Amino acid sequence: MTTLHFESINVGDKLPAKEVPITSSLIVGGAVASRDFTTVHHDKKAAQKAGLPDIFMNILTSNGLMSSYITNWAGPDSTTKKIDLKLGAPNLPGFVMTITGEVKAKNEDHGTLEIEVTGENNVWGMHMQGTVQVQLPKGAQS
Amino acid sequence: MNPEETQAFEEKIYAFIGRENGPPKKGHDAVNEPMIRHWAEIMGDESPVYTDSEAAINSSKGGIIAPPSMLQTWSMEGYSMAGDFVQDVQRGLHNVFDEHGYTGVLGTNTTTEFFRDLKPGDEVTAHTVIDSISEQKATARGIGYFIETVTTFTDQDGEDVGRQVFRVLKFVPADGDASASSESTDDESPAAPTRIASPRGHDNGWWWNAIDEGKMLIQRCKNCQTLRHPPRPMCGECQSIEWDSIESSMEGEVFSFTTLHYPKIPGYDYPLCCAVISLNEGTRIVSNIVGIDHEDVTIGMKVKGNIEQVDEKTMLPQFYPAQAGE
Ligand SMILES: [Zn+2]
Repeated sequence: MTTLHFESINVGDKLPAKEVPITSSLIVGGAVASRDFTTVHHDKKAAQKAGLPDIFMNILTSNGLMSSYITNWAGPDSTTKKIDLKLGAPNLPGFVMTITGEVKAKNEDHGTLEIEVTGENNVWGMHMQGTVQVQLPKGAQS
Repeated sequence: MNPEETQAFEEKIYAFIGRENGPPKKGHDAVNEPMIRHWAEIMGDESPVYTDSEAAINSSKGGIIAPPSMLQTWSMEGYSMAGDFVQDVQRGLHNVFDEHGYTGVLGTNTTTEFFRDLKPGDEVTAHTVIDSISEQKATARGIGYFIETVTTFTDQDGEDVGRQVFRVLKFVPADGDASASSESTDDESPAAPTRIASPRGHDNGWWWNAIDEGKMLIQRCKNCQTLRHPPRPMCGECQSIEWDSIESSMEGEVFSFTTLHYPKIPGYDYPLCCAVISLNEGTRIVSNIVGIDHEDVTIGMKVKGNIEQVDEKTMLPQFYPAQAGE
């Protein structure tokens, strides 16, 4: 896994789309990995009481999937500075979320990119939409 | 609520602004490699700086770091969250909302800033303040208020390592009490959305009704015998409004087609091949080409239609490549 360099990225560059199958395992695993034991993320009956048909993904997992989408693209020497996330429709088991991203701005002074990221599921539409600010190393010496 | 009651309610909720949500919450565990690996595994994060100490030492990070988006994880309550709600200040605020009918709750935004990479051994403490409560807003979910909490995360030296703004909407559910909404008892996944229902008006309802009975009709002018589709009240040739219909053989050829990949509208299978088909009777119809890879569809291809049930409540003509020799 290599790290991208600031100079090699242009505004308008698109990140490869990623499909994430939403399963009960991912929802429960993500909730537990983020230590979020709120019942609606692991107990279907509790989720149904809250008005949804099944357990749904917690916000920390959405945040995690969004930031991992960026790190997997940008590489190990990148540094995530900020995640601005707007939440939409819930992610439920059986859905497939497609994550896409596009470089919207470059800050030369800080060596940071603003990447607009959208996660859309195939049943209810927009699950998450936001901007990730990530810093890349400068100079193409490596 | 009358205006006086609303005012009294708002005084109660706005009194929470600026209050700390109880004492700072120190994480039960310091930042540690097993929790990082567990998280990276599930999120599918392949960066070696989270899990491979040798690669991490040789990277610009100088050693294993925690994924930034784990920030909030380090100070989470943990398993007790599965039991009763912790009675903190924020819960108290939500209770005031609940008592006044604002029972709905929806997280709408988070903004998280990371001031430095966290490394194993770092100890994280969360300090949460109820930062602001909006005016009353009419939202798609119902009337409500946005509550913004701000959490500052500090390390073992008292330095700030990150900051998170969390925005929640407390609202009066539009269709009564959300918490009392239908509790489904079946074990099925959510019902598959169906296709958009065909619009049935005075001039075209008869055509759809025939489809429901397994017949595809073509409208015919009673005066000059010209066929027309889609159904409409007047003949384009002789302006007669007298008409009857014939049953189509559903045989024809592809006049033109397009394949939809995006956006994916619930209820349809993708890639979705939509075609204009020239029927042997002479009229054209828009329908789907199925039973063939969309890449293999060609203009002029002979097709044969069938009326099929495409979802729970929709009958539609669907066209297949005609068998050789037909
Ligand atoms: Zn006519």
